[in-house]
Amino acid sequence: MENIVIPAINMAVIAPEVILSLFAMALLLINVFVKGESKAYLGYLSIAGIVVTLFSVVSGWGCPAEGFSGTIVQDNFAIFFKVIFLIAAAMSILITDRYLEREGCNQGEIYPLILFATVGMMLMAAGTDLMTIFLGLEVLSVSLYILAGFNRGSLKSNEAGLKYFLLGAFSTGFLLYGMALTYGATGTTKVAKIAAFIAQAGINSSNLMLLAGMLLMATGFAFKVAAAPFHMWTPDVYEGAPTPMTAFMSVGPKAAGFAAFLRVFLVALPALKAEWTWLVWVLAVLTMTIGNITALYQQNIKRMLAYSSIAHAGYVLVGFVAGNAVGTAGILFYMLSYAFMNIGAFAIIILVGKKGEENNNVSDYAGFGYKHPILGIAMCIFLFSLAGIPPAAGFIGKFYLFSGAIQAGYIWLAVIGVLNSAASVYYYLRVMVFMYFKESTEEFGWVKLSPAFILCLLIAVAGVLIPGVLPGVFLDLAQKALFM
Amino acid sequence: MLSINAYLILSAILFAIGTIGVLTRRNAIVIFMCVEMMLNAVNLTFIAFSKYLGNLDGQIFVFFVMTVAAAEAAVGLALMIAFFKNRESIDVEDMNLLKW
Repeated sequence: MENIVIPAINMAVIAPEVILSLFAMALLLINVFVKGESKAYLGYLSIAGIVVTLFSVVSGWGCPAEGFSGTIVQDNFAIFFKVIFLIAAAMSILITDRYLEREGCNQGEIYPLILFATVGMMLMAAGTDLMTIFLGLEVLSVSLYILAGFNRGSLKSNEAGLKYFLLGAFSTGFLLYGMALTYGATGTTKVAKIAAFIAQAGINSSNLMLLAGMLLMATGFAFKVAAAPFHMWTPDVYEGAPTPMTAFMSVGPKAAGFAAFLRVFLVALPALKAEWTWLVWVLAVLTMTIGNITALYQQNIKRMLAYSSIAHAGYVLVGFVAGNAVGTAGILFYMLSYAFMNIGAFAIIILVGKKGEENNNVSDYAGFGYKHPILGIAMCIFLFSLAGIPPAAGFIGKFYLFSGAIQAGYIWLAVIGVLNSAASVYYYLRVMVFMYFKESTEEFGWVKLSPAFILCLLIAVAGVLIPGVLPGVFLDLAQKALFM
Repeated sequence: MLSINAYLILSAILFAIGTIGVLTRRNAIVIFMCVEMMLNAVNLTFIAFSKYLGNLDGQIFVFFVMTVAAAEAAVGLALMIAFFKNRESIDVEDMNLLKW
């Protein structure tokens, strides 16, 4: 038996997580003790918490540190992802209040839950031990199950929450079994030590236990990032969940899943690179193709964006297969720009929607572009970016992902990716065709902006256009964030 | 003293039974119990390895898994109650509102 050594605790490393958790707990109490119908003030308080946390996160840029005997680190990679999570959380909170009032489920608990989910994501990105990554994943997932089913009175929301819960817990089982087998094969749960042990003991893919552990972990992560063939939950959950939470879910947890996926596979299992590259290659092709082809047939716009988010996970997996500096920096850049464009598009969907999640079909957007020209242009910017048309950020991101794949010699993968991207233009343009070329049957009188919405849309438009026009600055940051 | 293989085979069998249960049963609570069985099969694997390797990490992992499973149970059962109130059923066949 080992002696128990008190680990070197370095609280500064988890300062952002601590600050955000304290804010979330304080909000829970404030929500109980302050009477009143409107819960918007909780949203503003949580945004204040996020801003404080953001400063705490950014102050660590360029100063690598580790704490809790190396189970958690503060490196640029984690910081880059944490910034994405905080932006996604803040933008989702800005569009939450109006939606909850409209749907009649105005309960303040939603804000602390979003903050707790964000803490989970931050732990996932910063964790360098399978235990920390698992714990972060579960803090995130348990909060998300509630958020998906948050509208208790709506059967759709109940169904989304329950489906997400059952399938999420199921996939956690696979991820954990993979972690257990990896632990058994290497005798440690720390990602760096796993790699060191594999290199030292000279094990390779002939070790079936390690191979099975790798496959099971890949299954678990593929489920969390909604990669085909483990994507079946995504459309149902995204359609049924409250729209602001769909926006949050499609961005934050996906980025967190990729952060942990990248760290575990690139740092801990480089010895199995030949095997997992092949596996991720198949996942990438399936995910892009299934996501795009199914999106072509969707009438409900939330469901369409759910399939589109599956396709986007596929593009990111292309960068993962490449595994080189360009591809990996492309993943970071892409997740950042995806946060802006997707939440922006969902903000417009909330504005156009009516009580009871009505008016969510693509055909309901007929004539919207003329009735609300500015919102129409904003929606076009987001859709162009999602489709990958320059000068939007989505184009630059895809460009780096695919050129990473070409540099690494995966020409066919890049070709399949570009073809898929071309096919995806159809369903994004279809929304624009309805917005501008179909006769309007509605006056869209209920579409009213609030300051929070204007702020969210401004951030989203800026976040799509600025990295699109000045990609150098952001790509430089993404490259500094790599751990290779 | 049994060899480690006996424990690993037992936990693999338990994990497989849990997986089959999730895929074939129709009652949400039974599915959730099957998921719990999968998690406990993993716990057994962790403890067997921990004992075999003489390393405590696996046992600490099990504490975390149990805590998380308890939190998941609380949230999952609450979601089932919310669904039951609106639908008067927890059969997964009745979760049919969302499909394409």
